[in-house]
Amino acid sequence: MSDILEVRGISVSFDGFKAINNLSFSIGQNELRAIIGPNGAGKTTLMDIITGKTKPDIGDIRWGKNNISLIKKSETQIAQLGVGRKFQKPTVLEYQTVEENLMISLKNSRGFIQTLIYKYTEEEFTRVNEVAKLIKLNKILNKIAGELSHGQKQWLEIGMLLAQDPSLLLVDEPAAGMTNSERTNTATLLKELSKTRSVVVVEHDMDFIRQLNCKVTVLHEGSVLAEGNLDHVSKDNKVIEVYLGR
Amino acid sequence: MLKLIKTMDFKTICFCLFFILFSLIITLLSDLIFGSISTNFVKVLGKTLMLCLAAIALDLVWGYCGILSLGHFAFFALGGYLIGMWLMYERTKEIIIQAFAEQLLPPTPSEIKEAIGIQIFGVVGGSEIPSIWIFADYLFIHLFLIIFIPGLLALIFGWLAFRSRVTGVYLSILTQAMTLALSLYLLQNDSGLRGNNGLSGLQNIPGFTSFPQSIISILFLWASTLALILGFIIATFITKSKLGKLIQGIRDDEDRIRFLGYNVETYKLFVFVISAIMAAIAGALYYPQAGIVNPSELAPIASIYLAVWVSIGGRGKLIGAVIGAAFVSLISSFFTSGQIPDLNLGFIIISWVDWWLIILGLSFVIVTLFTPGGLISAFENIYKRSFER
Ligand SMILES: Nc1ncnc2c1ncn2[C@@H]1O[C@H](COP(=O)(O)OP(=O)(O)O)[C@@H](O)[C@H]1O
Ligand SMILES: [Mg+2]
Repeated sequence: MSDILEVRGISVSFDGFKAINNLSFSIGQNELRAIIGPNGAGKTTLMDIITGKTKPDIGDIRWGKNNISLIKKSETQIAQLGVGRKFQKPTVLEYQTVEENLMISLKNSRGFIQTLIYKYTEEEFTRVNEVAKLIKLNKILNKIAGELSHGQKQWLEIGMLLAQDPSLLLVDEPAAGMTNSERTNTATLLKELSKTRSVVVVEHDMDFIRQLNCKVTVLHEGSVLAEGNLDHVSKDNKVIEVYLGR
Repeated sequence: MLKLIKTMDFKTICFCLFFILFSLIITLLSDLIFGSISTNFVKVLGKTLMLCLAAIALDLVWGYCGILSLGHFAFFALGGYLIGMWLMYERTKEIIIQAFAEQLLPPTPSEIKEAIGIQIFGVVGGSEIPSIWIFADYLFIHLFLIIFIPGLLALIFGWLAFRSRVTGVYLSILTQAMTLALSLYLLQNDSGLRGNNGLSGLQNIPGFTSFPQSIISILFLWASTLALILGFIIATFITKSKLGKLIQGIRDDEDRIRFLGYNVETYKLFVFVISAIMAAIAGALYYPQAGIVNPSELAPIASIYLAVWVSIGGRGKLIGAVIGAAFVSLISSFFTSGQIPDLNLGFIIISWVDWWLIILGLSFVIVTLFTPGGLISAFENIYKRSFER
């Protein structure tokens, strides 16, 4: 299995504080991966670095078959290469409808002249409806996104990423603020998605991770502490110490 | 033409019809026909239409894209200066050629130039025509410059500001600095634009000298109506397009749009430049009706007023911006005209010229507190409620 993303020895510090410390790992094609770690372990910062929001002090990130370096690319370019991102805090366009949110995310024109005269096709409307069905918002397409519940917003954001159709999906704490049944649905959805693309999920919640049933990377103080399936890492002494020891 | 009308929505058609009807009525009432309103008032109305266009321009960047520009009057006044240069030059040339006509020998071109130089720049102690006036003899070049120069200024300013991700209040302060700097520059006598005198006599249109102001004012009223309608149609087209949804997305959550793969900075730049050009065109039609443009027009406060009008009317709605600019600027000129007698309350004498600003400030606070969507959303709510009953 060839890797879609390879992170090589990145470090970043904020005012002397090392948030990411010589971190390396890689994600395979169509792999589902969970990243866990205590608060402040650097999970969100890692996503910031992959998506170009934060520039690492050293290290390299390689993308895709051609091993393109992402380090010098802008957020926009990285997104266009096929990296989609769900933020920790649900981030949707609060003043636009569910449908508008999805329409805007569709993978089509990104230049400003094209968007000025862009006409959505029938297929695109169908696609939006499919996505809406998948995230169970198809009955409320015309609702303003700001009026959705927290969980629905999380789903809408995932739906936007689906419409965007990236080859790598980075999902930061998708289950936060969800009820148990919503969590189960989310886990099923993410597993389903990873059949056709790579998905990286950051989560705290162990039950949720267990439902994902995938390889787990444990992050601690900005570096990888352990890696393997959930049973394996939860028996790891270092992990036990970090999670339970203090 | 029919095709264009078909693509317009109901609101746009109403808007166009309303303003055409409005100008028709004003034309009938003007000195040309019934004579019930003065030429001066026709000019006030024509100018108001152009303030409405400037408000649409600001609404596009602020209400839709979330960029609170407090420097839009820089573009507006630049438009005025650029048309003013041609107006003043050509008009002076006409006068000078007329004066020379009484002499036996026809003047040489260099004699004419010299005389124009003394006429225009005598007030700032100069007689040379500055090099920035090189195209002042050519209307079409200046019409092009009205679009080009403010557009270029917006492009450079926007590129620098957006590229460094300056947003929010900091960006607003930068735009204030821009208009202040430009105004201070124009204030200098050697700026080549007559320092604090500015450009004057702009109401006299070269080639139309035999026309009385009553006709010229009506011509400008119609030109302004046309410009406002076109501006509205273009702005509606932009806001309704996919790009329109995108810039509203940028307003609400810049990062979301960016991580969807759109180049946020390019979009901001596009809207900012379009808006600056709109403001410049509005200014180019405003100042011939005002007769004079000078550096105080670019004072930071002018742009702040524009933002106040837009927010009282209702930002994020084009009609809101128009309503705000029309009402507030008209009421404003009414109160500050000095026509209303002072109100003597015994313990205090209310002079409207001074108190108007306080009233304006208060209504701004009241509107922001009680209907954050501005007057337009207050109207809409009343309308909706009366329907529900
Ligand atoms: N922009 C920043 N400036 C300063 N410190 C930051 C910044 N971003 C993150 N940090 C710090 O880096 C550490 C890792 O944060 P984060 O990646 O958000 O952790 P996690 O998502 O794993 O909970 C935290 O201690 C946080 O305070
Ligand atoms: Mg986090």
